[in-house]
Amino acid sequence: MKHIRTIINKEWAEVFKNRTVLYTTMLLPLVFAVLPLIMLKSTAGSIPDMGDVATTGLPEGFLKSCAGLSGSDCLQAYLVSEFLFLFMIMPVIIPINIAAYSIVGEKTTRSLEPLLATPITTVELLAGKCFAAVLPAIGATYLSIGIFNLGLRLLNISPGVISYVNSPIWLLALFVLGPLLALISALFALFISSRVTDPRVAEQISSVVIVPVMGVMLAQMAGIVTLNMTMMLISIVVVSALAFAMLQLGNAVFERENILTRWK
Amino acid sequence: MIITQGLSKVFKIGKKQKQEFTAVSGLSLQVNEGEVFGFLGPNGAGKTTTVRMLTSLIQPSAGQASVNGFVVGRDDTQIRRTVGLLTESPGMYERLSAEKNLSIYAELYDVPDVNAAVNKYLVMLDLWERRFDPVGSFSKGMRQKLAVARALLHEPKVLFLDEPTTGLDPEAAKTVRDFISELKNEGRTIFMTTHNLDEAERLCDRVGIFKQSLLAVDTPEALRQRLYGRKVVFHLAALNPDWVSLVAAQPGVKAAEAVEDKLVVSLGEPERENPAIVRALVQAGADIRFIGELRHSLEQVYLEMLHSDTEGR
Repeated sequence: MKHIRTIINKEWAEVFKNRTVLYTTMLLPLVFAVLPLIMLKSTAGSIPDMGDVATTGLPEGFLKSCAGLSGSDCLQAYLVSEFLFLFMIMPVIIPINIAAYSIVGEKTTRSLEPLLATPITTVELLAGKCFAAVLPAIGATYLSIGIFNLGLRLLNISPGVISYVNSPIWLLALFVLGPLLALISALFALFISSRVTDPRVAEQISSVVIVPVMGVMLAQMAGIVTLNMTMMLISIVVVSALAFAMLQLGNAVFERENILTRWK
Repeated sequence: MIITQGLSKVFKIGKKQKQEFTAVSGLSLQVNEGEVFGFLGPNGAGKTTTVRMLTSLIQPSAGQASVNGFVVGRDDTQIRRTVGLLTESPGMYERLSAEKNLSIYAELYDVPDVNAAVNKYLVMLDLWERRFDPVGSFSKGMRQKLAVARALLHEPKVLFLDEPTTGLDPEAAKTVRDFISELKNEGRTIFMTTHNLDEAERLCDRVGIFKQSLLAVDTPEALRQRLYGRKVVFHLAALNPDWVSLVAAQPGVKAAEAVEDKLVVSLGEPERENPAIVRALVQAGADIRFIGELRHSLEQVYLEMLHSDTEGR
């Protein structure tokens, strides 16, 4: 555990001295919190009182999430639900920024060999590098949600919408799905980072992991899928299975010898 | 301290990893406790691969090796815990300070008192004043000193130094060499690869000349004698050609030749045979100005052995 903590501290000390990474990590939560607030505030006055949720014309699957809400609150909740995926992109993007450089960066600066010469085990090294990428992502997501929640109250958004934002679907997304996505993203970026020879290539290839999340977000916008409890549970199961597979794969393919000798 | 038996490393190369490249072949060697061993060889000879195998960074393809009593391939973590490695390139975290760099490694090596160990080596290697500066602002010599400190933080009994002075200016190289001498005096076992043969001669108790396999191993002096024997040069005021045969006839003389105004005489044991030769020359009327032993440099020995090996192959 001590070695893992050392690696995390080392990664953070190094990564956050890079201002681009630092600003990206800090800016994303702000942008992602402010965007839905602007949308909610601008639409709050323009949505007429629609009475019952059944009259809103929203997808059937979503209406179950509107239990106890008025029609206009349900419509706003639907708009906000599209932003939940935005909050889910954050735990995917930030680990890539950090982890993609993690191994290949050590190769290019030649610091990998002395590091591997220490008694640190492969699991400790990978865990340290993985947590160093995952924890800031989770922190940034929570910060963003915190700002968003604060903004909802400051802007006097309807209590019905606020209660939707704190509903089990959102809580599952933030406390289960988000961290799992961050884990997958970090493991994928670490895997790529250990296989390539150029940090830029690592970052570009690792970015592919954003595509499925974007895909789900676009599918929801297009009305192909609807965010409800069933979909959230399915997503969690699928992402958990993927995270488990990535963990197994990561440990199996991280061969110290190959990484050290076959990268030129 | 370090024992290898038939140690070999074959790398799979090529796009489909079907070709094989033998980097190290059948290395059998013993480095004793407290010894400074120089591992000499040209670029690509397999020196770094050997160091990597002995520090458990890569696994041998065949043969056995043990370091500090721990077996490579079986006790890898213990080996890493008990040896220090100075890699060919310092490989520091450039954005972090010297102190932070050392602290990270002290923690990874489970050093009990991190601050004390870090401060000790920062002072010892004259880096104390710059301890809070990012390593990226350091000169090459300072980085190398920091890398030496990193290799010593956990007080290893065995040190592997891969090209410790390569690329350093003479002053920085001397600082590192002096420090290696101090380590030698502390009784640490040092396995050092180098291209600097003068450095090897000065620092190493024994050297091994290596090119994929071990060509020779001994003290520099013994290697010289093995290859060239011992030669004594008699500097004369003027040389009479008859004196060559006169000297050649003396007991213990293996060969004698004239080179300008000098007589170069191959002897088995100069300390015993020189007086008779001096007497014979003086009686023959020679004015001897100076007598000295002809010492071939380690570089000559090294090049001769590599040349013989290339011809042999």
